Amino acid sequence: MWDFQWTLQILPDLMDGLAVTVQITVLGYLIALVLGLLIAIVRRAPFVGAVLHAAMEFVRTTPLLIQVVFVFLLAPAYISPMTVGIVVIGVHYAAYTAEVYRSGIEGVAKGQWEAARALSLPARRTWGAIVLPQAIRKVIPALGNYLIATFKDTPLLIAIGVGELLTEAQQIGSASFRVVEVYTVVGFLFLLVSIPSAILLRRLERRYAAV
Amino acid sequence: MPPSDTRQNEEPQGVGGQSQGQPLIVFDDVVKRFGDLTVLDHLNFSVAPGERVTLIGPSGSGKTTILRLLMTLEKVTEGVIWVGDEPFSHMRRGGGQLTQASEGYLRERRKRIGMVFQQFNLFPNMTVRQNITEAPVHVLGTPKGEANARAEELLDLVGLGEKIDAHPTQLSGGQQQRVAIARALAMQPEILLLDEVTSALDPELVAGVLDVLREVAETTDITMLCVTHEMGFARDVSHRVLMFDQGRIAEEGSPEQIFGDPKEERTRSFLSSVLEKGH
Ligand SMILES: Nc1ncnc2c1ncn2[C@@H]1O[C@H](COP(=O)(O)OP(=O)(O)O)[C@@H](O)[C@H]1O
Ligand SMILES: [Mg+2]
Repeated sequence: MWDFQWTLQILPDLMDGLAVTVQITVLGYLIALVLGLLIAIVRRAPFVGAVLHAAMEFVRTTPLLIQVVFVFLLAPAYISPMTVGIVVIGVHYAAYTAEVYRSGIEGVAKGQWEAARALSLPARRTWGAIVLPQAIRKVIPALGNYLIATFKDTPLLIAIGVGELLTEAQQIGSASFRVVEVYTVVGFLFLLVSIPSAILLRRLERRYAAV
Repeated sequence: MPPSDTRQNEEPQGVGGQSQGQPLIVFDDVVKRFGDLTVLDHLNFSVAPGERVTLIGPSGSGKTTILRLLMTLEKVTEGVIWVGDEPFSHMRRGGGQLTQASEGYLRERRKRIGMVFQQFNLFPNMTVRQNITEAPVHVLGTPKGEANARAEELLDLVGLGEKIDAHPTQLSGGQQQRVAIARALAMQPEILLLDEVTSALDPELVAGVLDVLREVAETTDITMLCVTHEMGFARDVSHRVLMFDQGRIAEEGSPEQIFGDPKEERTRSFLSSVLEKGH
């Protein structure tokens, strides 16, 4: 039978797990946003760009779980599992956001580059004041989708013992055998974060699609 | 109506630039190829300081390519372009030899040249003011206040003073093109390149843009290279007309001669085809 009292008791531990999950998501996603942008820009360079492209292709075609475990085993012991998790998730999703940025950059009309050149604008201004503002605006909805994807992938970090939500749940579940309660609550907690995020994203999408 | 300024070199200049005085722009045996396609075929001509030259000719004859070479949006395949006393498509190496110009060299040199495009190419993420002040502030190092004051003056010149804080998307095509002209002028170019600047406009908006350009022609001594199918405008404003065909100059002369008494059959048939289209 569903024991409401008991559910309330385990909630604080699960909330701690959720806090870790959110932290990993936010930090990993920030890495993905910044790194992906840098990759998208450098990818346009002739040689380094090709190398980078191959590396990203590799990251996208191997499972995140394997990347996480692999890096965890290679990383020196003083680096915490949580840090490994954040960095690997960040780099993994950077491979995806880089593609999103790239499509945004390619969507900027050729005439914009030419007008910038005709005005002798330095590369820094051409990118920073003209190309990227237009490119990023267009891809905000697509980037947002990767926030939710990142969030949904954090439970993989259970494999390296990061104390995120699923790890907490597993510990409680195996100690009490009340698996149904535990995972029901976990499911609700995930929804608690992902539904508002999704609504927020749809709003962003509408706002930027309108232009 | 011939231009009413005091310049003496109204005489048509020969191919190769045998003009009196120092030419500002020289195309010295310029060849431009895209793959197998030869777009400019050993082209020689020169333009005097302050001269306004109209380029006419059928679509695909290489007019845009000439302007794009000058704007350094394309590189020459053979030959050399000179601007002032200096090589432009190339730079001097030790011993006076010319080599392909580096990006840094081009950036310095092209500051003297401005261009207005057929499709306006305003920056949609910036206001009209930012469009005009961006390059003066970030390329010339003009103080913001000064650049702003200049933007206001230029917008008054093009009749859009009240649109200074508008975004390009809020403007008609004709208004956008007038802002683009103001943006180019804000860099105080010695040379202004105009590539079919009214071709993308609704017919009723063309006159406004041409009036602005007439004003610029009358009140400044900017050297202009203008590709246009607006023959009335070309006649009023230009000192010389070059008729292009297949990457070569088919005929050149004063606007009166080219439009009134073209010598070449190609020129005649081109002009009548333009007239038929209702321009
Ligand atoms: N980037 C390019 N790549 C290949 N061909 C080009 C390119 N730009 C122009 N051309 C070709 O060069 C020729 C001349 O073009 P253009 O200078 O635009 O002529 P015009 O302005 O007189 O119509 C055309 O045949 C055009 O298709
Ligand atoms: Mg053209």
